Parts: sequence; structure tokens; C-alpha cells
Amino acid sequence: MTTPAAATRITYREAVKQALREALQSDPRTFLMGEDVGRYGGCFAVSKGLLAEFGEERIRDTPLSESAFVGAGIGAAIGGMRPIVEIMTVNFSLLAADQIVNTAATLCHMSGGQFGVPVVIRMATGAGRQLAAQHSHSLESWYAHVPGLRVVVPATIDDARGMLKPALASPDPVLIFEPASLYNMEGDLTEASSRADLSTARVHRAGRDITLLTYGASLWRCVTAAEELATVGIDAEIIDLRSLRPLDDATILESVRRTRRALIVDEGWRSVGMSAEIAMRIVEQGFYDLDAPIARVCTEEVPLPYPKHLEDAALPNPQRIVAAVQRMFGHAT
Amino acid sequence: MNLPPDVTRERALLLLGEMMRIRQFEARCAESYGAGSIRGFMHLYDGEEAIAVGVMQVLHPQDAIVSTYREHGHAIARGIRMGPLMAELYGKRTGCSGGRGGSMHIFDASTRFYGGNAIVGGGLPLAVGLALAEKLQKRKGVVACFFGEGAAAEGEFHESLNLAALWRLPVLFLCENNLYAMGTALARSEAQTDLHVKAAGYGLRSIVVDGMDVFAVEQAVREAAELARSGAGPAFLELRTYRFRAHSMFDAQLYRDKAEIEEWQKRGPLITLTTRLKAAGLMTEEDFQQLLRAADAEVSEAVAFAERSDWEPVADLCRHVYAERASS
Repeated sequence: MTTPAAATRITYREAVKQALREALQSDPRTFLMGEDVGRYGGCFAVSKGLLAEFGEERIRDTPLSESAFVGAGIGAAIGGMRPIVEIMTVNFSLLAADQIVNTAATLCHMSGGQFGVPVVIRMATGAGRQLAAQHSHSLESWYAHVPGLRVVVPATIDDARGMLKPALASPDPVLIFEPASLYNMEGDLTEASSRADLSTARVHRAGRDITLLTYGASLWRCVTAAEELATVGIDAEIIDLRSLRPLDDATILESVRRTRRALIVDEGWRSVGMSAEIAMRIVEQGFYDLDAPIARVCTEEVPLPYPKHLEDAALPNPQRIVAAVQRMFGHAT
Repeated sequence: MNLPPDVTRERALLLLGEMMRIRQFEARCAESYGAGSIRGFMHLYDGEEAIAVGVMQVLHPQDAIVSTYREHGHAIARGIRMGPLMAELYGKRTGCSGGRGGSMHIFDASTRFYGGNAIVGGGLPLAVGLALAEKLQKRKGVVACFFGEGAAAEGEFHESLNLAALWRLPVLFLCENNLYAMGTALARSEAQTDLHVKAAGYGLRSIVVDGMDVFAVEQAVREAAELARSGAGPAFLELRTYRFRAHSMFDAQLYRDKAEIEEWQKRGPLITLTTRLKAAGLMTEEDFQQLLRAADAEVSEAVAFAERSDWEPVADLCRHVYAERASS
């Protein structure tokens, strides 16, 4: 998984910036546009410095017009460019939902395959910074519902660095969700970043006893939980889904058939979300391989509250994950 | 309307003939709809033909078009062949969108015709992006973006006019103001009913044009297109017109008086041009009949093509959700 000799230690933010810089350097059709991506440097400082490096034509500050600039990205893509559109957070993307769902996802189909829509739309997602109920939600599953879109969530430094390139090479619209709580995370950048793709899940930690299926910021909650579980003799495998559309059924089922137990950890709400979809796929394809009912740890069904103790209580955390696993093994908690 | 003093017989017959092709095509669409060969929503363009024909005289092959669900006229005037167009309305695999779109979603890569957008206002951001692509690639194309006056109440209208003006993009915002957003009269949805006044607030060139006069449309669009091509930025044209038929095939037209329709029909773009050309001695009744026969023959061939075309096999149902060829 890692090649220490080649590894360098950087932040998730720096990994995304490196990917942007490489894309802008390697393809003159590529440009970045969004609110405050230029002079401000990006609301999460991801694009800081890129304006000076690439100029205003290619690092384009936009008005607060999500629908217009997302639609403009779609139009520029079918007009021959390779735009990278940044939306500050998934919450604001709902102002552009018409363009993403009714235009980007449908043009190829409605035209009988005459037009691909090679646009990349990046946006932050997720909670954990006390930003309350209009800046904290994880709505990526809404977009994963839609045929015609590709939805990925890089959780690691390698994927943050590596996923942009295949996204730009894709003839289809790709939505990249960047968990906002991960921008300051440091980690090793390895040559595995050059092998990132848009359709496969990855075994992040191999284990024998249970499969933890997760993505995004919850990957690291699972890592902490798995370490604690190891101390009580439970060897958890962790699958980083990476792509929510398409879902990599083969990797999910291969793991669950081996461990015979599956717990899904999702920062989205429980009802009608990713966890329900993943559980159903396991049931459809691997029901008789299971030794215990599938379980899930999701965000409580509440708009995220401002106070830290309430926000913490609403989100998945290692303690809730450990407790859920122990229940599956019949341990008292 | 008045004929331009320098108009030639050839030019006049060409413009009238183009409008007649649209009118006759849509008359057969209505028949086929009644016969059940065309289903879904279908919106006819009767009364508004001068706009499509006037605009398309100006556009170059490299220019792009973004249209709405009332786009048969735009498609025909742009040069999309009637056979594949009618086949699309029939839902046949030989349709210009492979049958996947139907009446509201006409697409044609070869003429840069980007739909056929059935979300009111949804095409405007797309047009802004196509124009941005022209500018960034240092091409000289302009983007003609058609929409009805109902779109002026949508947020995407305002966002798009602002962005196009801010970035000085070569977009022609062509507002076909037929006075009714489905059944809601303009005055029932806008405090400011002079839409060009509203658009001017975004800092772009904004004018009113008689949308029933093909010469006036052509002239206004030519000036706007030349400015846009030269880098002067977008323009907004409020093209005043009227649709003679119902909004769609499901509309009983309870919201407007027959007298109002009859009044506008006197100003119809085909009848007025026909009358003027005959009065000026530029067209005989035989010329007119010849145009009519040519249009009818073309439409008949298109209907025959659509009817003899095959259905796409159900095995192909899930095609075209994602692109089948890599992007270049």
C-alpha cells in the first residue's frame, strides 16, 4: 500500500493543490472556476497561489451564482474545454442542482450519445467544525442516486492527489467530494496516487473478522475503531469505498464473504442513504454468506447542531463504531 | 412590417419559404400527434417563425445554438434535416437524438445544436459556458440562446445575464416574448413587463425587436452578432411575438380570448410577408403555391422516413447514460 522510500508528507489540502497545478500545467483546456478561488485563494485555501501562477483566465473568480457557473462549466465542457468547477460546499450545490441533475447528467443520454459532458465539479462536504445546519451536511448520496453522474470521495492523501487526473480524462461529469475536516490532515503521498481511478473500492486495512464499509472522513473514524477492536481480539477489515457511483460491488462482496459480517459507517443520515444501498447490495448478492445482521453507524437524524458536544454526539465516532461491532459479536456494551 | 427597399425576389422567397417549411412541418406534427404517432409533450411554434428564420440567416456554421422545448422551428431553420427531426418526434432510432429525447430534446452535433432544454431557464447557463469556451479557445463563434419570456422570472436568467456581461462573452440572449408562460400572462408574473429594461440593468446591450417581422429580426441579430463576434460582449433581444396555437397539445387555452388570438393572427409573419411580397410584385400566387408544394413534399418525405424507421431494441435501454467513447 505504501512505498516509504518514495513517500513525502503533505496535507490533504496540498495534495489537492498539487493535483490542480498538474492539471493546469498539462492541459491548456483546463481551468478552475468558482467562488473565491482566485484572489481569496479558495475558501479552504486549496487554490492559494494558483491565481499568481496561472492568471485570471484560468483561475476564474465567479459571482455567487452557483447555477450559472456550474452550468457554464457544463457548457464549456461540451464546447471543448476541461473545466474544474469548485463549489464551496455540498450545501450550496443545491443551488446548482438543476444544472447538475437536469443538465450534466442528462445531456449525453438526451442527445443519443452525441455529447459527453467532461466537467469536474469539486466541493467540500461533511461536518466537524461547528458550522451548524447549512454548512455541515453530507449530501453526496443525493448525487450518487443519479444515473449519468460519477461520484467519488477521496479520503486519503493519495486519492486527493490522484483522483483529479482520471476525473478530467473522463468523458462524463465527475463530482469530487472533499471532506472539509480532512484538509489539514497530514499523510504520506506515495506513488499509489498515480493509480487512482474512479470506480474501485480499496482495502484500507486487511482483517478477518468483520468488514467496515466506509468512505470520506469516516475512514479515519474506522481506523481508530479498528485499532481499539484489535485490543479486544476483533480483527476488522476496512474498505474505503472511494467511488459512490459506481459502487464496487465486487470488492465489497469479496470482503464480506470472507469476514461474514458487515458494518457500514456513513456520515450521511441513515434513512434512504448510502448505508441502505450498500446493505441491500450485500443482501442481494451475499445474504447466505452472512453470520450476523448487517449493521450501520450513521449521523443521527437531525440537522447538524452548532454546539460541539451535540455535533459530536450526532456524528459517527470510533466509540459508536466499536460498540456497534461488539453488539454484532454478542458482546455486552 | 415594411419590406426593406433593397430586398430581392430571391431573398424574399427564401425567407418566406423557410417559414413555410416550419409551418407545414408543424401542421403535420399536429396530425401525427392526433394519430398517436407522436406522444409526450409537444409545443408548436406557429406565429413565431420569423424569429427562428431571421436569427439563422445570421449565424455561421461554427456558431452554437441553445434552445428550449419549443424548438422545432429553430432546428429546421438551422438546417437539421426534417427526416431525422420527425423521426425524433416519433421516438425512432433514426431520430436526430437517437429517439431518446423526443420533441423537447432535439440535439445535433453537426450543426452545434445543443437542445432542446425543457427546464425553463436551464439553457442559459449552458449558453454562457459554450460562449466561454469560444472565448478561451480564441474562436469567433457566438452562441444563440433562445428562451421564452417566462424564463425572466427564473434565477438562472439573472445569474446568466450577469455572468455573460461580466465576462463579456459572445452570447445572444434571444427572448421570444409570446406574452404567456404556459397560461400565465406576463403582467401576472412580472412587475416590470418591459423585459429589455430589466435585462439592461445587467450592463449588456438590450433592445426590443418586432418578432413578427423576419427582416427586423435578421437586422437586429446581425448587428448584435457582429458586436459579440468582435469582443463587445453579449446582447439581449426581446423579440415580441405570439403563439397562435395552444402552449402544448394538452392546453384548452382558457386563459386568453379568441379575439386576442385573431388580432395577433392578422400580424402573422407568414401572412404579412406574403401580402407585402405580392403587393410589391416580388411574388406571384404561383410562386407561393410552388413554395407550399415544395414544403409539403419535404414534410411528406420526413413523415414517411419516420414511419418506416425502426425502434431502438430494448436491449439497448441503458446505453448513453455514460459516454461510449473517450473524451478527446
